[in-house]
Formats: sequence, structure tokens, C-alpha cells
Amino acid sequence: MKVEIVSASRREFLSHIFSAAAFVVSAPIANSVARAQQAATAGDATRWDPSVYLGIEANGDVKIIAHRSEMGTGCRTCLPMIVADELEADWARVTIVQALGDVKYGSQNTDGSCSVRDFYDAMRSAGAAARTTLERAAAGQWGVPEGEVQGRNHFVVHTKTNRRISYAQLIPLLSSATAPAQNETRFKTPDQFRYIGKDMPMADLDDLVRGKGTFGIDAKMPGMVYATIERPPVMGAKLRTVDDSAVKQVNGVQQVVMLDVAQPPLAFKPLGGAVVIANSTWAALQGRRKLKADWDLGENASYDSVAYRKAMDETARKPGRVVREMGNVDTEFNKTGGKVIEAAYYTPALAHAPMEPPAAVAEFKDGKVVTWANTQNPQAVQDTVAKALGISKDAVTCHVTLLGGGFGRKSKPDYVAEAALISRQVGKPVKLVWSREDDIQFDYYHSPASLYMKAVLGEGGKPTAWLQRTVFPPIAMQNDPNEQYGGFQLGMGWTDIPYQIPNLRVENGPAKAHVRIGWLRSVANIYHAFGVQSFTDELAAAAGRDRVEYLLELIGQPRTIDFGKEGLKNATRVNPKFPFDTARLRNVIEHVAQKSNWANHKPGNGRALGIAAHRSFLSYVATVVEVEVTPAGEVRIPRIDVAVDPGLAINPELVRAQFEGAAVFGTSIALLSEVTAAGGRIQQRNFDGYQVARMNQAPRVTNVHIVRSDAPPAGVGEPGVPPIAPAICNAIFAATGKRIRALPIKRQLSTSSA
Amino acid sequence: MIRLNVNGKPQQFEGDVEMPLLWYLRDELYLTGTKYGCGMGLCGACTVHINGEAARSCLTPMKSAEAKNITTIEGLAVKGDHPLQKAWKACNVPQCGYCQTGQIMQAASMLKKTPKPTDAQIDTAMQGNICRCGTYQRIRQAIKLASGVKV
Repeated sequence: MKVEIVSASRREFLSHIFSAAAFVVSAPIANSVARAQQAATAGDATRWDPSVYLGIEANGDVKIIAHRSEMGTGCRTCLPMIVADELEADWARVTIVQALGDVKYGSQNTDGSCSVRDFYDAMRSAGAAARTTLERAAAGQWGVPEGEVQGRNHFVVHTKTNRRISYAQLIPLLSSATAPAQNETRFKTPDQFRYIGKDMPMADLDDLVRGKGTFGIDAKMPGMVYATIERPPVMGAKLRTVDDSAVKQVNGVQQVVMLDVAQPPLAFKPLGGAVVIANSTWAALQGRRKLKADWDLGENASYDSVAYRKAMDETARKPGRVVREMGNVDTEFNKTGGKVIEAAYYTPALAHAPMEPPAAVAEFKDGKVVTWANTQNPQAVQDTVAKALGISKDAVTCHVTLLGGGFGRKSKPDYVAEAALISRQVGKPVKLVWSREDDIQFDYYHSPASLYMKAVLGEGGKPTAWLQRTVFPPIAMQNDPNEQYGGFQLGMGWTDIPYQIPNLRVENGPAKAHVRIGWLRSVANIYHAFGVQSFTDELAAAAGRDRVEYLLELIGQPRTIDFGKEGLKNATRVNPKFPFDTARLRNVIEHVAQKSNWANHKPGNGRALGIAAHRSFLSYVATVVEVEVTPAGEVRIPRIDVAVDPGLAINPELVRAQFEGAAVFGTSIALLSEVTAAGGRIQQRNFDGYQVARMNQAPRVTNVHIVRSDAPPAGVGEPGVPPIAPAICNAIFAATGKRIRALPIKRQLSTSSA
Repeated sequence: MIRLNVNGKPQQFEGDVEMPLLWYLRDELYLTGTKYGCGMGLCGACTVHINGEAARSCLTPMKSAEAKNITTIEGLAVKGDHPLQKAWKACNVPQCGYCQTGQIMQAASMLKKTPKPTDAQIDTAMQGNICRCGTYQRIRQAIKLASGVKV
């Protein structure tokens, strides 16, 4: 298999993707852009014209447009695989072309584990419509019924007469062909799939091992200068004065310019500050060190993460907003005789810290902006840059480079707007690379969270009442700095707790943000799964029950949950395509128990197993972690088993890779990572302070077991993360009897002699 | 003036001798396979070989590159067929791929000294190279495959 990636630097205009002679399926509706806009208004991300995703050149070569961003999840490979499969294209003759930002493709926001989930049908339609057209042309040529011919690996074949004709030979016959109607399009059946469901390497693999892939930090424009920005050290700080006299003495520094300092709501606005322009990255960074900026720090200078945690912990002990309620937990708690158990949990703020920091090259010229950026969301780049410069969205061209990790950071395009604004000021193309210190100190942080849980145990140790309360500064602060309640994050592993408990109350308490808050891989599922799955383990321990049996018992009978009928306030109707099906959750738990040899594993010598299960991004995941706690209190992870039901797995090899990676990401969260603040400033600056798992700290082996499923494809990039931290902590309890209720673990298990 | 050799080609540098080799390679020679990750020798993304040994180019000022032979990922194997690169592909190691060139350069240097590394030796040699996507398991597997050690 060979796939060529046409990189942004070798391609000037989108119209050059296909030559004039190429066959592109014309749309049943003529104006595809109008249609796309219609659908965008209707909030339907996937109802797109299939013709925009592929074309066949006169020589038969197939070009498939990758409209989502490649940041390691493999969507630049998997979406084209789906198209190529339905098209019956020879993968060796496929060229993948990275799309510019353009509303005609539908949503390009590569975030929320939804690339395959939202575009599986669209990609199949695109390929199937083109193949059906080719089949019709061949049938017409041979004078045989359309139903007797089949597209097969770049040919159309008629098996009865043993005839075949190549796709290239059919192209001249297609000049006036239009796409078949949906009901005339011939889709393949799963047993006919050529690529879907098969292990295929990433299209970018060869480039990546040779250092040839173009990331945002590698993009260049002729005549570009290098910029670095001294940003407000505290959110909302205002710049009083800048002394740049020493800066200009630095060899290579050209000038210092100012960007307006943004005021809340910060949304995706560039933060602003003093900009050093130089002829190299190094000169710019050296110049910045000589810059003396005096800030009016403002009200957020009072932000101290220790005091902030204390306040959140206290809020979590008080009644909050009830967001879901069944029965009456208070009545049960007030009865005498039952065993009441309470626990409070805390997880800290986190930074994304992708290995490649935010970076963009941008040129403002003749009222228009052209940019190359490592963005997860090129249409948001167009919007944000247009807004920052006061130009129209159509005047912004966004080329998408490879992303050296994203994890949600790079769907917020503040940094691209910075580069465009600077370019307008200096009149030259500008390259802006955030330093690691910039990345960690000016992130959109994952919320810290305080959780409070209470339950009373009845017969068999099963809870008869369960109360859970979550407190965290919400992402909604981006648009309303005074918003203190949870919004969509409450639906992430909190209000959708799938336990069958007669009295259940789910609450949310307020917290005001003092730094920018944003979504990070798995978002609120991280702390919510930590609270629910840790507390489940605590109850099982109190009841003296086997963890797997107990977990299954709380989930209850296999059923489809209608949360509206189970007490959820403001519930929407059950999504018929992706209902919460507890049979699938039970299944992955039973599967992972078997694969990890749960029933026969006995704790000893500091080693034990822990389990956690969680549904997020519509996928069902159960994880068993084996930990080893050394006599000195260090945590090692010899083995993890993950069972996942992600619906149909398009490329199992890449699905396994995502869950292996998620195990490491979750291990970082459990053991090491923490963002703290004092005086409103972030205290971590680089990988010495903000620690992430290294090879010697990571799980040694992660076995990923993909459960066979006929369900539609669901999320893969994120769902592996949430169960890791609670499973690690549950295993630590089994091994040592010590319960971890606050992350990261760091040195919490250290013995005094160590 | 600093004279040095990069991927077998003689080069001359006239500029701030304190500038790290990393930025010379990236900004002046456009050898962008060597990546910036931290600027403090904490992550290994910028790893190159200096006279055959793995080194962090972000911590190597140009003045200490005088007369040295520098090898970057682009020069490791012209056709990209170093045994480690082949193993990396066979094991489907990269996700985002950003750190992988540094990982490969680090591993290549280790294998020269330790052709049949144990797990502990791999840990020691590789723990300075961060992979945020979490490909460590496959990196280990690929190193063993390239070195002929049983996985």
C-alpha cells in the first residue's frame, strides 16, 4: 500500500487538487456550498454533498480529500479508507489531499472523537455514489443490466461474460454523469468490505519516521520573520508600560510591536502583549528575555490553587443545583441502620502539553490572510482570524499542517490570530512558535474538580441511595467569565451515571474560573469517572464484595437507559443511533475480567488488580490495571487490559494504538501531572514542573481487546483515558489498603524511610 | 566562524555562537526533522548525533559544534531504511509522529553501544525522550525488533 500525501507547501490552490479532466461526482443539488450552509444552519454536521470528498483523474488515479486534521489519531487514513472501500479503489492508486478550511466539507473541528462517527455515512456515500456511476457507465457500454456489473479494485467487471474495464477507461464516458439518487446508490455489504475493519498503516507513516512530515512548526513562507510574545502573566492583566531598550540591542532583533491585551470574555481571542520580531527563533527568544513589562495584574492575581481547592472542597460539601433526581436520597440517609459512606475526591488542573506547541505562519497581504497552522479546526481559524482583523471569513485561507499532538488545545485558534495580527503590523509573513513555557503558562486548562459522594448500603451491601456532587470551573467561562456551573460537562460521565439505584441525586456546585478553561482529551469524563469509579470500589470494599460482581450489580439489568425517565432534568430524547445500552457496558466488563484473569488473580508482594468502567464519546470501555507498589512507595504498572466496544472499528490497528496511548495519558494524570497557581500565575513552566509519563513510568504492556460489534462507529481517541486513573487507584487500594482520593499520586505512597 | 559537518556536508556558520544547534538546523538549514519540544533538554525531541553520539541539540551552543560531525534524522539513512526506521514502520509506532525522529536518533545511538539491549537498558536510554501520544510500548517493541532481541 502506498499513499502519497500532497503537502500544503506543494499546492497553491484548492482548485488544483483535481485537473480539468478529472471526474468528480456532481451533486444531485447543484449548489453544494449553499447546501452546506443550509445544513450548517440546521446543525447537521454530516449531511454533506459527497462530491467534495473525492475525484478520479483521467489516468484513473483517485484523490481523496482529508478534511479533518491529523494529530496522531489516524483520521487522515481512516476516513479515506472508507471512501476507497466503497469506491472499490486500489489503495496504491489513492492520493490523500489535506483540505483547506472550508465550510463546504461540513465540520472540520477534529475534536470530540467524532471524525469517523460523524462522517462514516458521508464517506461511504461519496465512494458508493462514484462507484455506482462507474458501474452504470460500464453496464451501458456493454448493454447489460446494471445489477450484473460490479466495481472491483479499480475495474468494473461483468463476471457472466468475463469482461472488465478500468476506471480510467470509463472516465471519458462520465462527462455528463450525475450522482445516483440515494436510493439508487449501491452500497456494499459488510462482507464485501476491502479495507474497513482491516489493519492498515497510517498514510503518513513513512514521512513520520524520516522527519519529512510538515508540522506547523516546520511551515515556512518566503521572507518570513520570527515572533515571540510576552503575554499577560495573569488572566485579565493590563499592560502598564514596556521598556524595550535592551531588547533592540540583541543581535537579530528587528523591532518590538504591541498587540492589544484582550479582556474577558476571552473565548479564542489572542491574549495580546509585547511582541519581539527577529530574524530567527533564537534571536526573538533572546530579545524577549530583555523585555521589561509592567503589568496591572487585576483581580485574578488573588488566585492561589491551594486556597482555591479548599474553597471548592467546601462547596462540594454543601447542597448544589440538582441536575438529576430519582426517589429521595435524604429519606434513605436519615433512616437508621444502613451503613453510610462518604468520600471526597479532588483532581487538579491539567495542561495539554502536546509535544509540538501551538505554531502558525501567517501573512496579511492586500486585505487577506494566508496561514499554515497546526490547527484542529481550520474553520474556527477562519472565523477567529477574520474577527481579530476585522476582515471577512472568506478572506482567510487556512492550510492545515500535521499536528504534533493536539488533545483539544489546537482547536482554539488564538495563536493563529496572533500571527495574523503581527503580520499586519510588520508587513511581512510571520512565524510564531509558542515556547514550551508559553504553552504551559497560557493554556486553556483542564478544570480542577472537587467531588463529594455519599451512599447508604442496604441488603448485600448494595446502595439504596446515592448522592454525588461535582464542582469545577466550567468551559462556559470562555464566553461568560461569570458562569460558574457545569453546562455540557455535566453530561460527561456525571448525569449519565448508569447505575440502577432507586434513590439517586446528582448535583453541581459553583466555581469561578481564574484562568482560561478548555477541553482536554476526555474532558470532564476524567474527574467524573475518577469519582464514580473510585467510590464504587470503596462501597464494594465496605460491603466486602468482589469488584467485578459489584460493578455489574450496580449497573443492573441489560437495558437502554432513557435518562429523562430516570430523573434527568432538561433531558433530550434518547438518540436512537447511540442509546446508552448497559448490555454493552456489562459485556466489556465481563470481557476484560476474563482477559485479565481477574477471578484467579490474588494480590501479593505489593501487586494487585483494579478495575474501572466508563462510557464516553459513545464507546464502552472497561479497564483492568495491574499495579506494583514498591516498598519505597513507587507505583509501577506492569500490565493493563482494556476491553472496548467502539462499535464498528474501521482500522483496528489504529484503534488499539489510541487505547494504548490513552493508557499512558491516563497514567500521567494519575501519577504525575498537575498545574498549580500562586498570585494568579501558573507555577509550572516546562516538563520539569509539569510532568508527564516517561517510558520507565508508563504501563509496560497494554493489551487492547476490541469487542466485535455491529453498532455504528463511535469515539476512539478519548474514551480510553477516563477509566485509567480510577483503575490504578483501585489497584493500589487492593495492593496496599491505601485509598488515593486526590490526584496526582506523586509521592503520596512514599514511606518515611524512602 | 564555526565550521561543522552536517549529514556529511561541510557547513559554515557566522552568527551568535551561543545559539543552540537546534535553531541553526531548523531555521538556517531547514532540516526540520529535528524538533523543538522544551529547549531545556527535558524531552528529547531535538536529539541528533554529534560525532555519533546522541545529544540534545537544544542544549548544544554553536560554539561547541565546531569541527563536529552532526547527523540528523535526514542523514541517518538517506533512503529512510535504517533498521530502526524499518522496525518503526513494522510496529506502526508513530501516532502524531512529532517526537519520533528524536526517539529514533536516541535509539540508534543506544544500539551502537548496546546492540542487544535489555528492558532495563532500554528504559535507561529512552527515558529522556517524551512521547505525549504514549507510544512507548511500540517503541520498545521496535527497538527489540531492530536489534533482533526476542519481543
